[in-house]
Order: sequence, then C-alpha cells, then structure tokens
Amino acid sequence: MSTSTPRTLFEKVWQQHVVTEPAGEPTILYIDLQLVHEVTSPQAFEGLRLSGRPLRHPERHVATVDHNVPTTSIADRLVIADQIANAQVGALRKNCADFGIELFDVQDADQGIVHMIGPELGLTKPGMTVVCGDSHTSTHGAFGALAFGIGTSEVEHVMATQTLPQSKAKSFLIQVEGGPNGSLPAGVTAKDIILDIIGRIGTDGATGCVIEYSGSAIRALSMEGRMTVCNMSIEAGARAGMIAPDDTTFAYLNGRRYAPKGAAWDQAVAHWRSLATDPGAAYGRELHIDATRLAPSVTWGTSPGMVTSIDSSVPTLDQARSEADQKSFARAYEYMGIRPGTPIQEIKVDAVFLGSCTNGRIEDLRAAAKVVNGYHVAGAVRAMVVPGSQAVKRQAEAEGLDRIFKSAGFEWREPGCSMCLGMNPDILSPGERCASTSNRNFEGRQGRGGRTHLLSPAMAAAAAITGHFTDVRSWNFKS
Amino acid sequence: MQPINILTSIAAPLPLPNIDTDQIIPKQFLKRIERTGYEDFLFYDWRRIQDGPDAGKPDPTFVLNKPEFSGAQILLAERNFGCGSSREHAAWAIAQFGFRAVIAPSFADIFFSNAGKNGIILAALSEAEVQTLIERCTANPKHRITVNLEAQTVSDEQGFQAGFPMDPFRKHCLLNGLDDIGLTLLHEDKLNAYESQRQNAFWLDPKPLNA
Ligand code: SF4
Repeated sequence: MSTSTPRTLFEKVWQQHVVTEPAGEPTILYIDLQLVHEVTSPQAFEGLRLSGRPLRHPERHVATVDHNVPTTSIADRLVIADQIANAQVGALRKNCADFGIELFDVQDADQGIVHMIGPELGLTKPGMTVVCGDSHTSTHGAFGALAFGIGTSEVEHVMATQTLPQSKAKSFLIQVEGGPNGSLPAGVTAKDIILDIIGRIGTDGATGCVIEYSGSAIRALSMEGRMTVCNMSIEAGARAGMIAPDDTTFAYLNGRRYAPKGAAWDQAVAHWRSLATDPGAAYGRELHIDATRLAPSVTWGTSPGMVTSIDSSVPTLDQARSEADQKSFARAYEYMGIRPGTPIQEIKVDAVFLGSCTNGRIEDLRAAAKVVNGYHVAGAVRAMVVPGSQAVKRQAEAEGLDRIFKSAGFEWREPGCSMCLGMNPDILSPGERCASTSNRNFEGRQGRGGRTHLLSPAMAAAAAITGHFTDVRSWNFKS
Repeated sequence: MQPINILTSIAAPLPLPNIDTDQIIPKQFLKRIERTGYEDFLFYDWRRIQDGPDAGKPDPTFVLNKPEFSGAQILLAERNFGCGSSREHAAWAIAQFGFRAVIAPSFADIFFSNAGKNGIILAALSEAEVQTLIERCTANPKHRITVNLEAQTVSDEQGFQAGFPMDPFRKHCLLNGLDDIGLTLLHEDKLNAYESQRQNAFWLDPKPLNA
C-alpha cells in the first residue's frame, strides 16, 4: 500500500503491529500490553505450564485483583472468606511470582479495576495494542490504542507469543457533534452519548467493527468521559472503540509513572500526533449523531440497547423493531417487573451503585457528589460508592467527597468491580431494583433476580436521594 | 482440541435473541481455576425454578431439562448469541455439556473466537432458516440435523439445506483439531525480526526505560 493513501487511526495502529500476514491465515498481530486479572487468567497460566512454554515478555504484562475481591475492609480483602475466590486470588499471586509479572495486589496503593489502573499508571498509551481477558478492554481505546477483550485461550496465546492471530475488523465512524465548543446539553454526559448510540444501533449494531468516535462532542470530553464512551463499545457489539489522541490525551498522560519523560516525551508526542485519521480516509460505515438533542438516559430492560430518556416511558410492544425484539421486550417486562408505558420517573429504586470501570473515576464521583451534597439518601434505599481504584479513592478523600457521600447515607467502599458483576459479596437480592452506573443490565448480572437500570453518575445520585428515577436537569443543587 | 467435521444430532431449540454469556455461565462459577467441570453450570439459572416453594429445583419446562432433548449436540438460538462478557467459560460449558455446534443468525465476536478454540462449530444461517429449524425441532424433538463443516452446510432429512460462512483458517483448525499457539510459533523467525526492527519504538512499551 502506498503511504499516500489516507488511512484511519485504526489502520495506522493495525499496520504498525503486523508481524506477518501468512497466506491463508489470519494476520499475526503484535500485542504491546496484556493486562491480567484473577478471573480469566488461571487456566492460561496452567496451559503454559502444561505445554512447557515460557511467558515471552513478562514486562509487557501487568496484573491486578479486582473482580472478586470484597470491598468492605482491608482485612476482608487480604483473606477472602469465600474460599474459592480466595484460592483464585492466591493462584494469581503465585502465577505472577512464578512468571515474573508485576502485580498490584489488594493492599497496594495502585490497586484498582484493571481498566482503571492501565491509564492511571500511564501503561496504556496511544498507538499501542492492548488486550485483557475482559470485554471492557475497549476502555483503553480512549487513548487511541487498539484495545480489545479476549478469551482465556487467547490470553495464553499472548503470554506465549506476545501476538494474536486476528482478522482485520471493519472500520465504523461515529461522529458526535455537540453545541458551541462541543458542549453537551445540561445533565447530559458521556454515558448518555454511548447509551444513545447503543439504543440506536442495537447491541449487535457494531459486530465485526472497530468504532472510531470523533466529532466536537467527543473532542470536548475529558479522558474520563472518553473512557466511558469507549468502555461500552462492546455493548454495541464492537470489537473495539478508539478516539484519536490529542492535547487532552497528552495532558492526561504527561507525568504518569510509565509515561516517557524529557526529550523522549516530545519524541513520543510527535509519534502520537501522526496517528490521527488522515483527511479523506474512508470508513466501512458512518453514523452521525447530533448530541444537542440528547437527554439523560436510563435503561429499562435487560439489554443495554433497551434504553430511553428520563422524560419518557417504558416502550410498549408495538415500539419494538422486530418480532424477535417483541419477544425480548415481553421477557424483559416480566423480569424487570415493569409495565409497558410506565413513565421512567415513576419507577422506584431499592439500591444505587456508583462505580465500575465505566463510571468509577474521579470525575464521576465529583458529578455524583455535587448532586448529593446537602441531601440524604431516601428511606430504604441502599446506596454504595465503590471507587474504581485506590488512586481515585485517595483523590476523592482529599477532595472531601467521601464525607459528602457518607453523611448523605452512602456506603464508601474499597476499590474493585463489586456490584458491577456481583462476583464478590456485593450483590442484589432477587427482585431488588438498582440504579447502576455500570455497563450491563443482563438478567442476574448484579445478583440472581436483581433488576438493573443503567444511567450516569449524576442520575444515579439523584435516584438515591429521591428514591425514584429523577431528571437531573431540574435538580436543585445545594452546592 | 478434538477434530470435528460431520455432526448429525437432535438439536435443542433456545429461541431467544441476545443470549449473553452471563446467562450461559453465571459469574459464581468464574471463581474456579480449573478448565473443566463446567457442564453442570451451563444456563445455571435458567435450568432452575427461580421463585416459590420449588425455588432451586430443576425447571422441567427449560429445554435442557427435557429428557427428549438430552444428548443433543446442536444448540439452536436467535440473533447475537454469546454477547457480553469475554469469559471463555461460556464456550467451555457449552462444549463440556456435549454441544459441538451452535446454529444462530449471528454470533458476538469474542464468543465466536472462543468457540473456535474449543472445537465448537458456529453456523450462522439466515433468520428464516434458523426459524425453520427451530420449528421443526420444537415440533419433533427427534428431528435430526446434520452440520457438515467441510461442505459448510446444514441439512436435515426433510430437504432442508443451507450454507454457512466459515473463515478457511478457522475451518482448517477445527477440522484438524489444531492448537493456535503452535501455529503462531511456526512464524517465530518473523516475530523475532519484527521485535528487533521496532526495538527503539519506546512509545509502544508499557514501561519504557525513559519513563
Ligand atoms: S467493573 Fe464490571 S465491567 Fe469493569 S472489569 Fe469489572 S466486572 Fe468487568
């Protein structure tokens, strides 16, 4: 291919990582960084041992514990009462020691959800390929990295070869235009942008694609917001989501532990700037979104695509797009214990979960604390804040956000995945309804029989205070 | 990986779209560090009565609990099968339960690749074709379907015949039960050359020395 052909961000990153393109086989793609956690790695390490293969590049692997660690106290985390979970964490400790991988353990100052610590430590950088045995690896695409989730056999493949056989995905441009300087309407956040996109294209709308997000509204987002958008790319079925690196990206990275320093920093920035999509490059597919007409979103069903805005109602059967959708709608009404046509604001919640790799960052906690400040959680609502990482927790405590949450009646927890997937003791009881800032509202995701509604941090905070879904656009802020 | 080519079996219909990996294997079973023993956890919650006095007992209305479908090696489902989490445990549970093929109109990407690495054929047919098979197998649980990987076809004894797409490399691996890692390592010379050619590209290192 001639170098003058305009290329997309995805094509550039892809081409820089092609090891070989053997005839009749998928491309062998080099992987710069593999993030490892306790749940999807034990069988991969075991596979290496059984085959006698070494782990090729320990320095390109970084591990943490997040999915099944309790969030209650450090003592509960050091020795987990659930013995199977404890054994799994123990296996990760042993595997990291045996294979020479750096591990950020529960007591470590840099522990956190795997998709939080990569960016925080500056491990994730523009133009890299990043994988992890976790579908929300797409988060790292916010930096202009090609980042995607893989299964355990592939985790082992990367450990053994630092590569993956891959067929090239199609490119899909989603351009989101905001108001002046990319501004979003009041109360609308990155979470609402991505929920709107998933609602529009469906949970398999981007299957086989790598999405590139662009447009003024994306440019105007902080890195935190961009990570929220890329994080949920998988919920639209995409292989990955990417955003071209720019000054916002560089400002976030500069000075982080594993970011290049001095002259090397300038050299790296020069390289990173060359990654943006060339003018005139073609995409396989395009979608344009006018963000000025977005409203805060809330999911009502059991798939992230079952989403509507706070000022509307649970859709009725005749609003389903197909017969298959009608069947899913009917099943979702039943599982969610919700009647079609119910105004969203009339739906009451029992629990509120603020956290996860989607919305467990400092900016998310600030937005929620702003709503909560001066109020108290409604009657019987159980509300919980689980910072995504130790770094976020420290920062929030330095800003006094923990005090705002605690005095409003929220629990303030230790970092981890927690109620995002309920592998640890943080789960919903059957029938309990939760306003959650996480990313999946599948049946049983937060606990068997639990009913999950996805929404932004500010909207979750408002629901905690009033006890039902509430339009944050008309919130009476006391701070 | 066990090689596979032609499979003839009765098929269990699960006529729902967007069956996610949280349903295929709920999270509580992801704490195990073993690679085997997942068969009993497949569709764990769907296989059990959820509320009432019989909560926790097998739900006789769920397809995998019906004796007439026991021994089915083919699973039939609707659009976007296997969406959600990347957990390969979903593919392990399906394979260890005894399924060797899933037929649906479409599959989620990560599940697609996980299934391939566990000797499971994923046959994507059109919505209408899948509906036909679901109807026939629901009406008659003894109805047998044949999946032919070599020919990339699905057929039955009532004249149903449909083709499905399959990446030639994936097909070759499935037919021969090949291990991907071994295949990649055949290109180790290229890998070494690639690594030495870009050794100064520190901006691609997670932990560059000049950090
Ligand atoms: S927070 Fe939730 S989505 Fe993110 S890595 Fe943990 S379990 Fe997965």
